[in-house]
Parts: sequence; structure tokens; C-alpha cells
Amino acid sequence: MKQKHTIPELETIAVQIRQDIIRMLEHAGSGHSAGPLGLTDIFTALYFDVLKYDPKKPDWNQRDIVLLSNGHCVPVQYATMAHAGYFDKKELMTLRKFGSRLQGHPERTKLPGLENTSGPLGCGLSQACGMALAMRMNQDLHRWIYVVMGDGEINEGNVWEAAMLANKYKLNNITAIIDRNNIQIDGQTEDVMPLEDLRHKWEAFGWHVIDIDGNNIESVIDTLTMSRAIVEKPVMVIAHTIPGKGVDFMEYDFHWHGAPPNKKQAKEALHELRTLQGKIRGEHE
Amino acid sequence: MNKEHIDVSTYHLLDVTSELEQEPIRSGFGAGLVEAGKQNDQVVAACADLTESTKMHLFRDAYPDRYIEIGIAEQNLVTVGSGLAAMGKIPFVSSYAAFSPGRNWEQIRTTICLNQQPVKIVGSHAGVSVGPDGATHQMLEDIAIMRVLPNMVVVSPADSVEAKKATLALAEDTKNPGYLRLAREKTPVFTTDKTPFAIGKAYVYAPGSDITIIATGTMTYQALLAAENLFKQGIDAEVVHVPTIKPLDATTILTSVSKTNKVITAEEGQIAGGLGSAVAELLSEEHPVPIKRIGMRDRFGESGSPDELLEAFGLTAKHIAMAAHHMMKS
Ligand SMILES: Cc1ncc(C[n+]2csc(CCOP(=O)(O)OP(=O)(O)O)c2C)c(N)n1
Ligand SMILES: [Mg+2]
Repeated sequence: MKQKHTIPELETIAVQIRQDIIRMLEHAGSGHSAGPLGLTDIFTALYFDVLKYDPKKPDWNQRDIVLLSNGHCVPVQYATMAHAGYFDKKELMTLRKFGSRLQGHPERTKLPGLENTSGPLGCGLSQACGMALAMRMNQDLHRWIYVVMGDGEINEGNVWEAAMLANKYKLNNITAIIDRNNIQIDGQTEDVMPLEDLRHKWEAFGWHVIDIDGNNIESVIDTLTMSRAIVEKPVMVIAHTIPGKGVDFMEYDFHWHGAPPNKKQAKEALHELRTLQGKIRGEHE
Repeated sequence: MNKEHIDVSTYHLLDVTSELEQEPIRSGFGAGLVEAGKQNDQVVAACADLTESTKMHLFRDAYPDRYIEIGIAEQNLVTVGSGLAAMGKIPFVSSYAAFSPGRNWEQIRTTICLNQQPVKIVGSHAGVSVGPDGATHQMLEDIAIMRVLPNMVVVSPADSVEAKKATLALAEDTKNPGYLRLAREKTPVFTTDKTPFAIGKAYVYAPGSDITIIATGTMTYQALLAAENLFKQGIDAEVVHVPTIKPLDATTILTSVSKTNKVITAEEGQIAGGLGSAVAELLSEEHPVPIKRIGMRDRFGESGSPDELLEAFGLTAKHIAMAAHHMMKS
């Protein structure tokens, strides 16, 4: 059994992961900042509490599955996986470089531990449905599938085709998470393509919907754990997050969707994350 | 010795060996679309959450009432385009080539090609020169999947100046569907406002007698550079620029190949199905000769800098020249 971390410990890990995301992106010179920083608390909760896995045996046949459907946010997954022991943190600095296992968008065949290849949006939930159906056929009833999607991403019709399918077959071993950060490339989601009333849309599609603060690790853990107890429906977690979370000049600003920090900005961001770390309640205070 | 051999005067080309200005091919599209909008108020535009990347923001800002933000929904993008065209509009619909036409091919086939609507599909970020985003975003199969569609016109300009002309020409064609292939990175601008462009025409940018190099898109500049170097090494290569892959200018290609009887094709995409295939199909029926295709050889791209990737996958002037030497020996 993995030893459980306390919430303050997890918050400290999340700050370290955010620092690595900043370093990786600055070094790569391209890539996405806002989404990964906003998703860090969710990934920390997943890999340091919720998920069943063994980083030394990434193809263990009883592992839980994480599908990153919004592949452009993969820096957070790489950084979290490195912290969780899948590979050496040094390798994070190869992000987006020629020959790296850490491709700009995740490729399953390149890095053990990734469950899918993504980047082109809108495909994760359908892949989850296929996996869930196969697990059911295999009587594989103790594994769980977590799908992470962007809110802009669910503009894609493919997502809603999967939404209907999951309801039809009552795929209760799927927990989907929408990163509700209100931004996409061309602007605010409600300006580009209004999503609201998001909760009622998913409910009308037959899903059990839970709204949470996606930057509160405790609430993320509670919700994801609880979702396994909801057996009558697939579960959709609408995780309200702050894009660029933890770096003041990036927060809430859609221009940081697809931009990396330059050297000076990275320095400022790292400084801010460090001092924020000092504010977090913890045993070293 | 400098080769006078590139037909600078007829085609008003700039010297490719000189320091040239660089601009992304997609920028020429952005400028061309604004111009097309000015000339014809039936020209409209739609994009799927990539308005600045595809340079459509210039049109959006100039003609906000004729611009539609579709959101991240490429199947909807082209199908809405079909509806707009049915009502007499000339819609330009843009995204990254990987997603449109990568994702929505059947909708294009039925509602645009079979339905014969003049929707202009604009696929930006084609080729491995997309760089660090990696394989998912480096579209290599678009020429192949678009040129097999009846009624579809396929255009792959060589620089931003030509992209502007291609955009205007596509806008003027109120009958046919079109596909315009664009690249992300800055590349040298070697054609000028006076350089001729017409849909369906290929151009002999450099006359020569030993071997024919047929190139499209970003590879035409590389082909011209290769021809300069080959000339110094005693090989007189003819460079045929093929901005329109469909309909293919068979006359120009066959005239050149009848003279040289040796062919190299060059494109930033899969050799299977692309320009190389189109030329091989033509020649095998009309004038079979040895042919070497330069392009991606049945593999995906990966992350890296554009230059690293072009070098690694053999998509530079050097590789074209090497292929020419090899062919001249055999
Ligand atoms: C099928 C497809 N269309 C377009 C894109 C280009 N693209 C990448 S990210 C993105 C915006 C995604 O918005 P969201 O899911 O909200 O992610 P966030 O900006 O919040 O990170 C777009 C349009 C893509 N990757 N895939
Ligand atoms: Mg978003």
C-alpha cells in the first residue's frame, strides 16, 4: 500500500510540480502554461492519493487509467509522473526537444505510463467508453478510468457522442473531469462557444454531475473517491479551476493558454511559487 | 559562379542564394483573405478556435459581420461552410490541417465535394516544420486525402506572396471547392507581386536539361537552392514549381520530363498519396521514367525544432541535391 500523504504535504508537492512546469516550459521555449498550472492540484490528487498504480510496472494489469484528453496540458502529467517515480525529474527538461520521450503532445508509444496519444481534442471520453466496455466484458471490476478534458474541448461533437454512449451502457467505472477554467484559445469560453448551463447539459445526458473547486486538493480527493461509490451513472466532475493558478500574471488570462514564460517571467513565476509555498500551512512552518 | 539559370526575369523571382525576407506562408493567406473580402462582399470566413494562428483575425477585424466563430468543432466548421455556400456565399473555413481536413473528411466529401459547393478549406500548420508540437499537429497526409476527392482543387503555395495570390484566385472561383495548404514557420519570400500565378498551372522556375525537380509548398525554395548548387557541380537541373496539385498541370510536367527523363519530386508531406504519387501516376501512364520521391517515408513526425526535423527527415536542398547526384550516376 502506498503511504497516504497529508493535505499540507500534497499542497507542497503541488507547488513543486508547478515549479517544474514553469522550468520545463521556459526551457522548451514553447508550450501551454495556463491549463497545466490550473490542473496541478487535480493531478497531484490523482497520482498522490486517488489512483492505483505502480510506477515501476506501468503496464500492471490492475492499474487505474488516466486519460488526458486535452493533450496540450501534458506538462502537468509529465511533471506529476516524474514526481511519482515514473522517471527521473531531469528528463523533464527534454520536453518538446528532438528525440525526447516527452513529446509536445503525449504519445503513448513513447513514454510508459501514458495510456493514450492525444492533442487533437475531443477523443478521450470515447476512448474511456471503449476501455470501460472492455473491462466490463473482462469482468475487470476493480479498476477505474479517469478522463481529464478541457472545457473548450467539449465544443467537439465527439464528446457528446461519447456522453450518450456512456449513459446508454451505464458506464459507472468512468469518472470524467472537465477543467472548467473558462478559457480557450480565442478567448473566454462563453464568448467563443457558450457552454452553460453545463451542469444541466450533462445531467440531461444522463450523468451524475458534481461541481467542485478544482484547486482544492482535499475537495478533489473527496470527490474522486466518492465518485467510485456512485454506481448507477457515469460521473462528471466539473472542476472549477483558475487558469495559470499560482502565478499571478498568468491567472485568468486566456493569452497564457498556449504561451511559455520567457526567462524573466519564469524567474518571477518561480519566485512567486516559492513564497506562496511559504504561506501554505505545513509542519515546517 | 552564380547560376543565371533560375528564370528570374520571366517570373520576377528573387535570387534564392541572397539573404531573403522571411514570412510565414499563412500570413499571405491572412492578407489575401482581407483583400478578397474587399473585392467581393460574398466572401465570408469561419474558424474553429484558431483565429490568430490561421491569420483569420485580420479578416475578422476588417469584416466582423462576415466572420463566424464556430468553436472547437471542425466537423461543424466545414458543414456550416456547405450551408453558407448553398446560399451564395464564398466561405473560407480554417483550422490546422491536422483537424481540417484531418478530422472532417467525410463531411467535406459529401456536403462540399459531391454537393458541389465552393467552400474553401484552409489547413494551416502542414508539414513537420510545425516543430515542437509534435506528430499530432504535423499534418502530412492532407494532400493525399484531398486530391482524391472529385471536384476538389488542391493548392500548396511556396511562400507568403504566392499564398496571397492563391487565396484571391480561390475566392474568384465560385464553382469549385478548394483546399489551401499553409505552413506555420517563417520561410524565405522569393516570389514577387509580379510572379504569375493561376490555379492549375505549374511553372518552370529554373530551366535545365539533365533532371527535372518537381516541388511544391515549402520545398520549392529548397529545390531552387539545390539547383543552384547542382549547377556549380555540373548538373543542369530544371525546377518545376507545382502550386496546384489538383488539377495537375500535366502539359508542363510532361514537357519537362520528355527532355530530362529523370525526375525528383519534393514535398513536406507523405510521399504516399502526395505530389510524388500524383506525378508518378501521371508519368507511369504517359511517360515512364525513373523517379525519386522526397518527402516523409511512411512515418510520423516528432517534436523538435523545424530545422532539426527537416534535416532528420531529409527535407532540405542538400537532400534533393544528393538524390540528383545519385540519379545522374545510375
Ligand atoms: C481537434 C482540435 N481542434 C483544435 C485544436 C487546437 N487547440 C488546442 S488547445 C485548444 C483550446 C482548448 O481549450 P480548453 O480545452 O478549454 O483548454 P485550455 O485552453 O483551458 O487549456 C485548441 C482549439 C486541437 N488541439 N484539436
Ligand atoms: Mg479551458
